[in-house]
Amino acid sequence: MGESRLDLLQGTLDLMVLQTLAAMGPRHGYGIARRIEQLSGEQILLNQGTIYASLVRLQQRGWISSEWGTSENNRKARFYSITKKGRKQLAEDAAYWERLSTVIGRVLATHGTTDR
Amino acid sequence: MSGGLRRLRQRLRAFARGAELDRDLEDEMAAHVELAIDDNIRAGLAPDEARRQALIRFGGLEQAKEQHRDARGLPWLEVLRQDLRHASRALRRDRGFALVAILILGLGIGANVAVFSVVNTILVRPLPLRDPHRLVWITGPPGAGGLSGISYSLDAYDQFRARNRSFADVTAYVPFFGSSDYKMTGRGEPQPVAGVIVAANFFDVLGVSPALGHAFTPEESRTGGRRAVLLSHPFWERQFAGDPAIVGQPVVLNGESYTVAGVAPSAFDFGAVFAPGTRIDIFVPAVLDDMREWGNTLVFIGRLAPGVGLPQAQAEADLLFPHLDFNAKHPDWNAGYKARLLDLKDHVSGTLRHSLLVLWCAVGMILLIVCVNLSNLLLARTAARSREFALRSALGAGRGRLVRQLLTESLLLASAGAALGLGFAAAITTCLARQGSIALPLLSSLRIDGAALGWTLLTAVISAVLFGLVPGFRMSGRNLQEVLKDSGPGMSEGRRHDRLRAGLVVSEVALACVLLVGAGLLLRSFLRVLEVDLGFEPDRAAAIKVDLDDGGNASRRAALLQEVLGRVRALPGIEAAGMSDMLPLDRNRSWGFAAKGQQYERGKYPDALLQVVTPGYLDAMGMRLRAGRDLRWEDSPDGEKVVIVNEAAARRLWPGEDPVGRIAMVNAGEARVIGVVADVRETSVEGEAGPEIYLPMTQARPVGAELVVRTRLAPGALASTVMSTLKAINPAQPAAEFRPIRAIVDHAVSPRRFFVLLVSAFAALGLALASLGIYGVISYSVTRRRQEIGIRLALGATARRVQLDVMSRTLELALAGIVIGAIASLALGRGIAALLFDTVPTDPATLVTTVLLLSSVAVVAGYIPARRASRISPMVTLRSD
Repeated sequence: MGESRLDLLQGTLDLMVLQTLAAMGPRHGYGIARRIEQLSGEQILLNQGTIYASLVRLQQRGWISSEWGTSENNRKARFYSITKKGRKQLAEDAAYWERLSTVIGRVLATHGTTDR
Repeated sequence: MSGGLRRLRQRLRAFARGAELDRDLEDEMAAHVELAIDDNIRAGLAPDEARRQALIRFGGLEQAKEQHRDARGLPWLEVLRQDLRHASRALRRDRGFALVAILILGLGIGANVAVFSVVNTILVRPLPLRDPHRLVWITGPPGAGGLSGISYSLDAYDQFRARNRSFADVTAYVPFFGSSDYKMTGRGEPQPVAGVIVAANFFDVLGVSPALGHAFTPEESRTGGRRAVLLSHPFWERQFAGDPAIVGQPVVLNGESYTVAGVAPSAFDFGAVFAPGTRIDIFVPAVLDDMREWGNTLVFIGRLAPGVGLPQAQAEADLLFPHLDFNAKHPDWNAGYKARLLDLKDHVSGTLRHSLLVLWCAVGMILLIVCVNLSNLLLARTAARSREFALRSALGAGRGRLVRQLLTESLLLASAGAALGLGFAAAITTCLARQGSIALPLLSSLRIDGAALGWTLLTAVISAVLFGLVPGFRMSGRNLQEVLKDSGPGMSEGRRHDRLRAGLVVSEVALACVLLVGAGLLLRSFLRVLEVDLGFEPDRAAAIKVDLDDGGNASRRAALLQEVLGRVRALPGIEAAGMSDMLPLDRNRSWGFAAKGQQYERGKYPDALLQVVTPGYLDAMGMRLRAGRDLRWEDSPDGEKVVIVNEAAARRLWPGEDPVGRIAMVNAGEARVIGVVADVRETSVEGEAGPEIYLPMTQARPVGAELVVRTRLAPGALASTVMSTLKAINPAQPAAEFRPIRAIVDHAVSPRRFFVLLVSAFAALGLALASLGIYGVISYSVTRRRQEIGIRLALGATARRVQLDVMSRTLELALAGIVIGAIASLALGRGIAALLFDTVPTDPATLVTTVLLLSSVAVVAGYIPARRASRISPMVTLRSD
């Protein structure tokens, strides 16, 4: 099962958390984790616990903020939302990520032709 | 940058609030799992399965917590906290070791911090004046002339001030402190007040602003102008209870009214800077025109003009000084002035630099010995704990982690030692700062300051690394098997280990040897200084300042002197009494003194230190008359002028001839030489005596008067009877202090005593530590070899034989250390040669004494474990494993 799933590169989880919060508005940790799993078409199966290290890191950088609230089914949970600074960072990171994936895609394509 | 800082702050806060954040996280994770369960149930799973799936998807709870902690806090701080907890637990388990280690470290670090503070105060810290490095000390080259030889006349002061281009301004003061003593009346008992006469611009040039009131105005230094006085801060607090209203009030000094212009700031201690070990109560502005005929009475201090350097100023002074007039009315009296310019700081503390550096080296060695000692103790301890470490490393603790653990223990010990040392240092510095009688500059401002705290931290860290690294690397550098094998009970110690410990002890003994030799040489020099023939007998004699109210009339003075001395001599217990205007090693002045009829080159006119004394003074001081006679009351104001000379003066003026009966020129007048006395160490105990002359108080005018009495009793016992006799004759006699002559000599040798005392204390500490080191190593090796010794005893070795073996091992180590130390001392001897007096750095007696002392201490240190070894019971040891 592990082989068919994607391992997360360092820092990509942070980016996905930011994007999720930017797109969906305030969410609790479980909601963010589920959303990422769903969006990836269940390609990424998180150890959902790891999301909390990412959340505390983002919060310390001032990219997200949090407060305790009540969930739709009346459970107390901590809700995270993206800050202005976080949105700026997200834009930068997303642009960087796109450039990187384009370049990597191109490099891999070259590799395919010479190998033949 | 600010983001990084903020993150660090948040991480620190997270570290501090770890428990709270953990609880918060647990709540959050619990909520997470509940939400997941809700979802799963909604998707149709049974409650149990729903919970199981939720937990699987969450992953390890503990792992998640650990990740969270790493992300939010400071992992290395967490590790440090663990290490510290381990270390303090380990040290608490071994309380004896920890206490000894902390005590040793405390002594070593305390000594270092105390000496650092002394060095910092005297050598490093700038003088408490504005822009002190622009201030220049200007005096004549030091010679036999005492204070007069290094000072200048008032006319020279005016001319130099006007002609020079190098200085923004030049100020001056009168260095003959005792001659500006005043008697304060009108406020309770008449009392003596120590004053110094300064030029009106003194405070402005030094950049000292009075704490209250104002500095002197030009008006206050004009003849007939308002008489003003500035109080020193301690005097103001002592005498006027710190009352600010005193400013502007009159005080009566020597019968004349002065207005208190202000109070000097507490940070400005004139004595500490210019006259170490002297107390100054008041500052009096020089009334310049009254001083024209006083002769050489001023020393100069200049403030360099902007952009001018010391060499440039010196070059200008070399040109100007030879043309300055001693007395502007007599330009033909060429004074032949020269000037030596020194940075004021150099003048104040330059001569002490060498001694202080030696002192610093001594404490540095102490610290090294302490570190070596602790290394050894720690080695013994880590050896005993090697199984614990082997086990930890077998369980996966990294080598770095083990070294770090050991270093943490060292650091913990060093911090505790530093705290203790800081306490010692604070006690020492406070004690030294209160010793007003040590003639070292700036000592009163000695304290533990920020620099000293920094130094404490530095020494603590350096020593922790020094003594912690060796055992740390030894421990972690060995492979597991070796450790487990080597530390198996009953095994002889590994050879490598043994050699390392032996090497440490040898170096410790060598360091102690160097210290002892140095201290021995200094001590011997000090004893030599105490043995110096001073030319007088300081014991059983004391002096008291007398208020001589003669109205400037010589015949009245003669009568008064006769009455005072007659009545004092009649007191029980008094053997001899006499008066002099100044005392040797206290203050001095010089006059021109030449053989009549002799021609001298310009600037080579001889001079001599001068004392104006009464008949009986020579006896009271215990001086020795070599030829001729003492003064008599018959040497009256209108009789023939007479003078007594010392042997140095006789040799200089009448070499190879009998001086008695010859006519000498004393300044401008003639006097017949009536006697010759043995040389008196007038200006310093250690310097050779120069020419000295004694004029009768009946004929020459004294500057002040000291009554010297020689008694069969303790001088203190006489204080009250002498005082009441003086008061009976002169009710205005101030309540002066009774000074034993010995105290004056002690004051003169106090810097040397200070250094000898400190270096000897350090050497004693070094010796104690070295013996502890020897004891530790030998005792440890006996413990380790119990079984081997037991077997030897069982096989028939005598107890004596075992004892001898242990002793010979001890002596082997000690001797190796002594030989290395002795060689090092000989090599380093030249470094302290300049501090020695009448002692060569290779002094055989000192070397032999040191060797004997160290060997006997080693014998004692080795004897205790040797005795223990010989008493090992073979049966018990063999059975114990």
